[in-house]
Amino acid sequence: MRLRIINGRVIDPANSIDSVQDICIANGVIHAIGPSLGSASRDFTADREIDAENQICIPGLVDLSARLREPGHEHKATIASETRAAASGGITTLCCPPDTAPIIDTPAVASLIRNRAIAAGYAHVVPLGALTQGLKSEHISEMAALKEAGCAGVNNASRHINNAHVLRCAMEYAATQNLTVFLNPEDYWLRNQGCMHEGMVSTRLGLPGIPESAEIAAVARDLILIEQTGVRAHFCRLSTARAARMVARARYEGLPISADVSAHHLYLTEMDVSDFNSQCHITPPLRTQRDRDGLRASLARGTITAICSDHQPHERDAKLAPFSATEPGISALETLLPLSLRLVDEDILSLSDTIACLTHQPAKILGIHAGTLSIGANADICIFDPNHYWTLTAKTLLSRGKNTPFMDWEFKGKVTHTLLGGKIVYEWMG
Amino acid sequence: MTYYNIQFDKNGCLKHFLTIEGLKRQLLIDILDTAESFSGVTTQSIKKVPLLRGKTVVNLFFEPSTRTRTTFELAAKRLSADVLNINVTASATSKGETLLDTLHNLQAMHCDMFVVRHDRGGAAHFIAQHVAPHISILNAGDGCHAHPTQAMLDMFTIRRHKKEFSQLTVAIVGDILHSRVARSQIHALTTLGVNEVRVIGPETLIPCEAETLGVHVYHDLREGLRDVDVVIMLRLQHERMKGALLPSEHEYFRLYGLTEEKLAYAKPDAIVMHPGPINRGVEIDSSIADGPRSVILEQVTHGIAVRMAIMSMVLSAQTSSRSNPEGEIN
Repeated sequence: MRLRIINGRVIDPANSIDSVQDICIANGVIHAIGPSLGSASRDFTADREIDAENQICIPGLVDLSARLREPGHEHKATIASETRAAASGGITTLCCPPDTAPIIDTPAVASLIRNRAIAAGYAHVVPLGALTQGLKSEHISEMAALKEAGCAGVNNASRHINNAHVLRCAMEYAATQNLTVFLNPEDYWLRNQGCMHEGMVSTRLGLPGIPESAEIAAVARDLILIEQTGVRAHFCRLSTARAARMVARARYEGLPISADVSAHHLYLTEMDVSDFNSQCHITPPLRTQRDRDGLRASLARGTITAICSDHQPHERDAKLAPFSATEPGISALETLLPLSLRLVDEDILSLSDTIACLTHQPAKILGIHAGTLSIGANADICIFDPNHYWTLTAKTLLSRGKNTPFMDWEFKGKVTHTLLGGKIVYEWMG
Repeated sequence: MTYYNIQFDKNGCLKHFLTIEGLKRQLLIDILDTAESFSGVTTQSIKKVPLLRGKTVVNLFFEPSTRTRTTFELAAKRLSADVLNINVTASATSKGETLLDTLHNLQAMHCDMFVVRHDRGGAAHFIAQHVAPHISILNAGDGCHAHPTQAMLDMFTIRRHKKEFSQLTVAIVGDILHSRVARSQIHALTTLGVNEVRVIGPETLIPCEAETLGVHVYHDLREGLRDVDVVIMLRLQHERMKGALLPSEHEYFRLYGLTEEKLAYAKPDAIVMHPGPINRGVEIDSSIADGPRSVILEQVTHGIAVRMAIMSMVLSAQTSSRSNPEGEIN
């Protein structure tokens, strides 16, 4: 199908585009992009035209972390259900961590996930391979084979690596294979039995706390090993301002590292847990307002270059227990864009920089060709109405996981169309 | 937020008793006054009043307890309620039943009040949020979060001996970090307007940012006890010795165990309290536990009157909200 999107404000930070342009799509790729009524657009015969007047056209979002729960946890969600939800949130590429069951430590599991995503047809799914076999932090995984099977990097998900020797070897081996190591920095012993940020609120609620030092001690260790091994590394889901400053300094000193933050860590704080709200039970935990402001500042300074959903859908029962007995995580695909857009309204980031944190910058971290509207690129496109107000409800949420602290929140900015490889995979019937 | 409102019904009456935090001073005083009127009942030869006749109270204990459960049972029986004791650790959860399943099953038996103890913080709030609207929840201890009836019986005991809260300096000694009793006591004492609350213990047993609770932190027992009116000793759980928090019972007793010599720093008429069960020779010397300034056994006695007061107040709110369906504020 040949498609033309007209009258939309096109924002493509990778190509420094921010103007009203027409986008012509043929054979699943961007065929031409140019001023409205320009020759490239005029000469293009389209089967269908989308009028994006007063809307914004951006590259499809690239989400650095989304649990799809398949294989192994289909009672929570499936690749089909979650990629469909992703499409409705304007996300066209999802990176899934290796803690499926079975774990992504063999090429077969990586292929299975990619094939199921292709069969579902809503979004590209890029798996991360296991850093260690079975994520047990004992033996390094067959990284070369995982890379050949399409893994964009290696990661130990949220399983701790207590043995620094194992981590060092894994980093050295990953460097040999030219793979990025994705790290979830948390010290197992300092985390202890904690289930929320250790601070004023944990003291009041009597809930076991996770100290700030659990994150910064892990970042400090990891930075030393990154420096020694020369591996390219990415810090996933920073939650403290201090860890972000350490990453900033290391980047300044030239270490090949990057970092991301989840959208909810840019909004919520420990205070949101104060009524034992299990929807705010998250790992890493929601921290102080100072941390939240520090993470926002790091985003503005370019230390943190990606915002991800950290999507973790759960069945209802997983959150129906006393706080510390619930499973951590938020169903977050459909709030990634509108939450990020709030940063623009709050003058934290420009619109273009916000889009960059959701598109080509995470794509660059994954080392994949995505997140741009360059001629010849895959026509993965998100069109949204920046001024449309809508309310998040369990009924409208497409993800199988209804676990979100943002239920009944009003958001501004609604995805109207999502294109994957030139095919419309979501269209809002508002 | 629900956290503060969930304890009250639409008429503003106390419906659940989950935590002291957020309750008004006058309500705490009402509880103490009501308990005072019940304390006569508990010493009469016929120890029953018919206030809760026909009501069913379920003691739902997910964690073992002797004293708290027994005094709740006695309190309910003296108010003429029917009492059911359920020890859940030994039954349902070991068969894989969830907390909500257990709750729904008990709810189906048409009970009026659940007295809940659970090892997870927030369990009583969780149950109050999910229980049928006609059932009241009394928190008998949830994790390290709250034990509000214990705190109220402690306030009752303090008032019996000290009258005016605003003049008092109270020291709470020991494992504040893991103590739901200490948290509830701190909220009760600060709400009742005491002059100063001190917490005393090694840094490993003091929760982080403890000052935000409105207390002063001391690490030296002698210094912390100086001129206090009330000394509350906390039980030190034996399992705390297994980890890295403390070196040994011996050193703990040497630094934080209450002895005659250390108690001499407090005011001459200072009283010594302990929520029990006491570890003699770990946190308190026997001569003090059994001595003239100890009010430890009085606390147990007062527990019955205070729990009667809270049960009757909560269940009278149930009755008034039914007879007042329009929700007018009384």
